[in-house]
Amino acid sequence: MINLEIPKKFVPLVGQAHQVAEEVFRPISRKYDAEEHAYPKELDMLAALIDGMNDGSDLGGAGAAGVRRTDGDGTDGVRNGSNMSTVLGIIELCWGDVGLLLSMPRQGLGNSAIASVANDEQLERFRGKWAAMAITEPEAGSDSAAIRTTAVYDEATGEYVLNGEKIYVTSGERADLVVVWATLDRSLGRAAIKSFVVERSNPGLKLDRLEHKLGIRASDTAAFILDDCRVPRENLLGSPEVDVRRGFAGVMQTFDNTRPLVAGMAVGLTRACLEETQRLLGEAGVEVDYDRPASTQPAAAAEYLAMEADFEAARLLTLEAAWMADNSKPNSLQASMAKAKAGRTCVDVALRCVRLCGSLGFGQELLLEKWARDAKILDLFEGTQQIQLLIIARQLLGKTSAELK
Amino acid sequence: MSMAERSMGLSLRALGRLAGSDVVDRLGVRKPAERILYRATRDGFKAASAAGRTFKAINGNGKPKRLSATQSTGLFDLNPTEEQQMLQESFKAFGQEQLRPAALRADSDAQAPAELLAAGAELGLTMLGVPDELGGAVSERSSVTAVLAAEALAQGDMGLAVALLAPAGVASALALWGDGDQQATYLPAFVEEETPAPAALALQEPRALFDPLALQTTARRERDDFVLDGVKSLVPLAERAELLLVAARLEGHGPVLFLVETQARGVLVKAAPGMGVRAAATGDVLLEGVRLPGSALLADGDPVVYAEAVRRARLAWCALACGTARAVLDYVIPHVNERVAFGEPISNRQSVAFTVSDIAVELEGMRLATLRAAARIDAGKAAAREVAIARTLCSEKGAWIGSNGVQLLGGHGYVKEHPVERWYRDLRAVGVCEGALLV
Repeated sequence: MINLEIPKKFVPLVGQAHQVAEEVFRPISRKYDAEEHAYPKELDMLAALIDGMNDGSDLGGAGAAGVRRTDGDGTDGVRNGSNMSTVLGIIELCWGDVGLLLSMPRQGLGNSAIASVANDEQLERFRGKWAAMAITEPEAGSDSAAIRTTAVYDEATGEYVLNGEKIYVTSGERADLVVVWATLDRSLGRAAIKSFVVERSNPGLKLDRLEHKLGIRASDTAAFILDDCRVPRENLLGSPEVDVRRGFAGVMQTFDNTRPLVAGMAVGLTRACLEETQRLLGEAGVEVDYDRPASTQPAAAAEYLAMEADFEAARLLTLEAAWMADNSKPNSLQASMAKAKAGRTCVDVALRCVRLCGSLGFGQELLLEKWARDAKILDLFEGTQQIQLLIIARQLLGKTSAELK
Repeated sequence: MSMAERSMGLSLRALGRLAGSDVVDRLGVRKPAERILYRATRDGFKAASAAGRTFKAINGNGKPKRLSATQSTGLFDLNPTEEQQMLQESFKAFGQEQLRPAALRADSDAQAPAELLAAGAELGLTMLGVPDELGGAVSERSSVTAVLAAEALAQGDMGLAVALLAPAGVASALALWGDGDQQATYLPAFVEEETPAPAALALQEPRALFDPLALQTTARRERDDFVLDGVKSLVPLAERAELLLVAARLEGHGPVLFLVETQARGVLVKAAPGMGVRAAATGDVLLEGVRLPGSALLADGDPVVYAEAVRRARLAWCALACGTARAVLDYVIPHVNERVAFGEPISNRQSVAFTVSDIAVELEGMRLATLRAAARIDAGKAAAREVAIARTLCSEKGAWIGSNGVQLLGGHGYVKEHPVERWYRDLRAVGVCEGALLV
């Protein structure tokens, strides 16, 4: 039966996550925006708390608990599972602070990759570690199939030797592990790309620099040089075989599950902007009347309603994509639609809110200007707006990447 | 558990009636055309309100019958019930096979063909919002079902969908808010007769910045009667309507709804087609000192009921927008794939392909927002905000989709050889129209 409300059983979780956002994230939001690269030590205790919750709780933090798909649970009814609960948690936490969510110990994207594709032995071995994800290279951004970092197997030692350069590694400095994408054979294209778990302490993994960014400054963004970096073969995630038929599907599959989570980040941030703007507009004497036509209300009220409408569309698309994942429905299309809509909406809304709120929006006393800076990353990482539109278009139009470039 | 007892509580009676036309066709595949032809020759068509029925006031013996709110499972769920799926499929098929081919002609005639209205009646549309005790098809509130129906029909053609659904809106209003006598007097004309009474919700008035909460049509009390004066615009089926649900500002009270039999003295109608939804045969209704008995007031003038009627009407237009926008998307995809320019399909270009992506993204957002608002109404939850959001999306993105449907066909989109120019006009109705029908 059609119902688009937050599932009853997840209401407590949403409440908990909201409390964390309000009591832990918000009070230190400005501090770590100002002190870029400083370690937000306040999060250590919180992370321990979430570790505890992950055992037997749906509060999946930043989604690092993984979004494995379970194929049928024996019931034929509709499911609201970990994809939904995780995305709901993320929305609340990013209402608090996106940068701090990304800085949560042991909640990195690398953790998500490990949780989603590692075998049992690896799961056990990497348990409790904080894992970052290294995909992007200076010459390979959205075109992740073009990565140049190489992995060469050394039969003598049973190790892979990695060489290359990685940038935009979130939590790269702070993490215990870095999941590195490298190619076994560049001539074989996507199919030869594999991911390797590299210990942060590995001498071949050299921290080159930390980036200075527009926003999400609480989150450290590292660049690494891989210089004859030796990784034991049991640290390769997935199959070592190069299966040209299966191609990129394996690694990209993770993204069908994680795109809705990043869309959720954008949704949370958008809501933060809207709520703050609603408060400030209220102080300025403007309230939205939902029953009267927008055209008969103050321009600010009409604009607010338009923003709220886009927000709601983004939010529902995000929940739809998560719901589909929970119910084992292919959701690549919906995941990209959610990410595209949520990414552009959060930038659009954040910038308009700054304008509507004038110097209060632009100044650094409140957080609106920070959110406007934070927002932009959400239309970039985990697939830019343009990449999402490409994915959507190729599916709708039945095009290959060679036809629709 | 029987089918009738299941979630949406659609009774077998409705499905049985449907099985007579479409459901069986979907499953066993029999074209409904022959049956419709058969019906058309048998029924004859009620041409104008002059030939319309007269309503005999009937004492309903006390309490009105009401639909209960839906019982939520507490789960987020985008799956329609089995019954809703069956209805959806049959309405979609009807839209594609019957409405779409008739749409061009109906648009230019600014009139829905009589045989189509008769065929639509066979679908049992007017029963979808009426409790089974009153001859309807449901036991629970069914805005979601009505939204799915409107969407499916508008995917065929929006104007014809409005013509078919306007009477259903009045039937639903009677079911939701009519008292026992009003239900007994008027509902049989919607659920018992072969062709339901032409009827519509007359809310809109002809002026810029129209606000349904600030009406210029007035009603004043004269002893036990009410006297109405004013003008209503964009009323579907205006010329042939037999019953109108008219919104007026009751002096000393506020906006309320009246059941107005068009045979009443002082009711004057005039065809007034607009740029779109022309097949709905919209018109103006003049009310000149129309005297109504006290029993014509709906829901004792409860302002909560009025506000909900306005919202449900807006939601109906949202559902229509979703259906027509879907038609646009389905139409442009093969076109841009087949149209060759500069040596390759134009869909190989990002500017074209991304427009298609954006249509899909915005349409899905419109649709989800519309369904959420409808489900909240069915569950008896507050829905003012959700309806406003759905309306904002469907009005703005809907018109944008209509515009880009034409754009993607270029000059071809501007000529009537393709339906996109009609969808461009129809989609503008959403955001303009208030009332007319409700879900």
